[in-house]
Amino acid sequence: MIFVQVCVGSSCHLKGSQDIVELFEKAVKDHNIEDEVVLSGSFCIGKCNRVGVTVQVDDEIHVGITRENFKEFFTENILKVIENERK
Amino acid sequence: MRKFDTKVQHLKYKVLREVARLAWKDTLLEHVMDIPKTIVPGNEPTMRCCVYKERAILGERVKIAMGGDKNNPNVIEVIEIACDECPVGGYEVTNACRGCLAHRCEDVCKFGAISFDHNHVAHIDKSKCKECGACAKVCPYTAIVSRKRPCQNACKVKAISMNEQKAATIDNHKCIQCGACVHQCPFGAIMDKSYILNVIDIIKKSDNNEKYKVYAMVAPSISSQFTYAKLGQVISGLKELGFFTVVEAALGADMVAQAESRELAEKGLLTSSCCPAFVAYVKSAFPDLLKYVSHNLSPMATLAKYIKDTTPNAKIVFIGPCTAKKAEAQLDEVKPYIDAVMTFEELQALFDSKDIDITTLGEDVLDNASYFGRIFARSGGLSDAVAQGLKEQNLDFDLKAVPCDGIEACRMALLKLNKGILDGNFIEGMACIGGCIGGAGCLTHGEKNKAEVDKYGREAFEKTIGDAVSQLK
Repeated sequence: MIFVQVCVGSSCHLKGSQDIVELFEKAVKDHNIEDEVVLSGSFCIGKCNRVGVTVQVDDEIHVGITRENFKEFFTENILKVIENERK
Repeated sequence: MRKFDTKVQHLKYKVLREVARLAWKDTLLEHVMDIPKTIVPGNEPTMRCCVYKERAILGERVKIAMGGDKNNPNVIEVIEIACDECPVGGYEVTNACRGCLAHRCEDVCKFGAISFDHNHVAHIDKSKCKECGACAKVCPYTAIVSRKRPCQNACKVKAISMNEQKAATIDNHKCIQCGACVHQCPFGAIMDKSYILNVIDIIKKSDNNEKYKVYAMVAPSISSQFTYAKLGQVISGLKELGFFTVVEAALGADMVAQAESRELAEKGLLTSSCCPAFVAYVKSAFPDLLKYVSHNLSPMATLAKYIKDTTPNAKIVFIGPCTAKKAEAQLDEVKPYIDAVMTFEELQALFDSKDIDITTLGEDVLDNASYFGRIFARSGGLSDAVAQGLKEQNLDFDLKAVPCDGIEACRMALLKLNKGILDGNFIEGMACIGGCIGGAGCLTHGEKNKAEVDKYGREAFEKTIGDAVSQLK
């Protein structure tokens, strides 16, 4: 089980956290991994950035997630982790 | 730069500031007795008969700033020695009475309480007078005045009476903690207990938000406050004080608007539950109508619950215009979510206790909520938001909202609801005139406050309630 917290604090909110939430929901659904990923929000992870949104995956914090780099991020940090877990 | 409406507020602020200053330095215990002299240093009295009485009263204010009387469950407290024993005579004829011929006062009095002496000057028979005030309204010389105490005048739930020493006392069963008396007493003899020491303690023990994160949750009425600076600077100031981040209670309002519109469509008849003073009023004066009060937690508690569910070690401090919120935070159903409540007045004191001049700070951002969540701060906003909530969720319900601001308006609506003659199906109950922007804990109560709230609402990044809430899964 992977716990994902998308930052919806003021700073990330203005940089499009809602888009990232939507992309996450869609990606999780498309890959049929609803049972393996828990999505939730967080008010500020303390890494306010110039570009993009902050996302926490389990204990790891990732900054600067945007619409553009989302796919890459998702493959690296969610799909690969799940694959490893399954092995 | 004018920060407060009255000098009473300013005095209260100075006490809070000095208490906080010592608390940050951990020297409150040693120096607490010095505070009255710090505030009234000279030998000439500036407020009362002598400096000793001034200092004695300040000592009482210090106690309330430190949490007040633990044996008194009410968050609103009377400082007996500060109560100036104002006259309680009710309507009286003053020497402005010219002894005219018209005798409008006599004609308008339904109770025959007015008579005239040999100089044709009016007199009121106290045994017949019902204090309706009709005579005062018609006198062309405004010679008839009400000598009711300002605190009693302000208290629309009639919780204030006089004790044997002629000092004001509060009936805790009737009091709804709205704070109207606190704001109205010209001698500052009634105060709301302060929990700033808890706030300072929470911030200090967090070790710079390492041990746990301290969230400041600000009420949307903040947009009409701190007018000498920009809102973004207030947010920077809060972080400077040691808060981890700042969230908008207005997002909780968005969540409430969504849930409340569903509840209304289901039940068909509802009152709001956002205003703790209104809910307390229904509890004490109309217990039979409690079943109509929405089951939603207030926006403050709703959002705090969400934060604590997603961030288990969070501590949350609510900052708003409201004294009743201090009581709400002590309710069993709210206690787990809110760690402390303070007012805008108290926030100003905290800024200055650390010598933070927010006008010199950069502008941080604050954006969690929609237009509709933000306009909860003014009367009518909640009704608009519920209408929007019905629309966005495609609920087929013909909303007829009755927005009430001030306890008298709430009382009228509740009386009608009780009799089954209410022309509407949703009561928006706000205890303060104008809504939260009229709250007793506001720094200023200006004409423009409503416009400021609307402007702040329009600046919201999210235009709909659904957009604002959708990111919270």
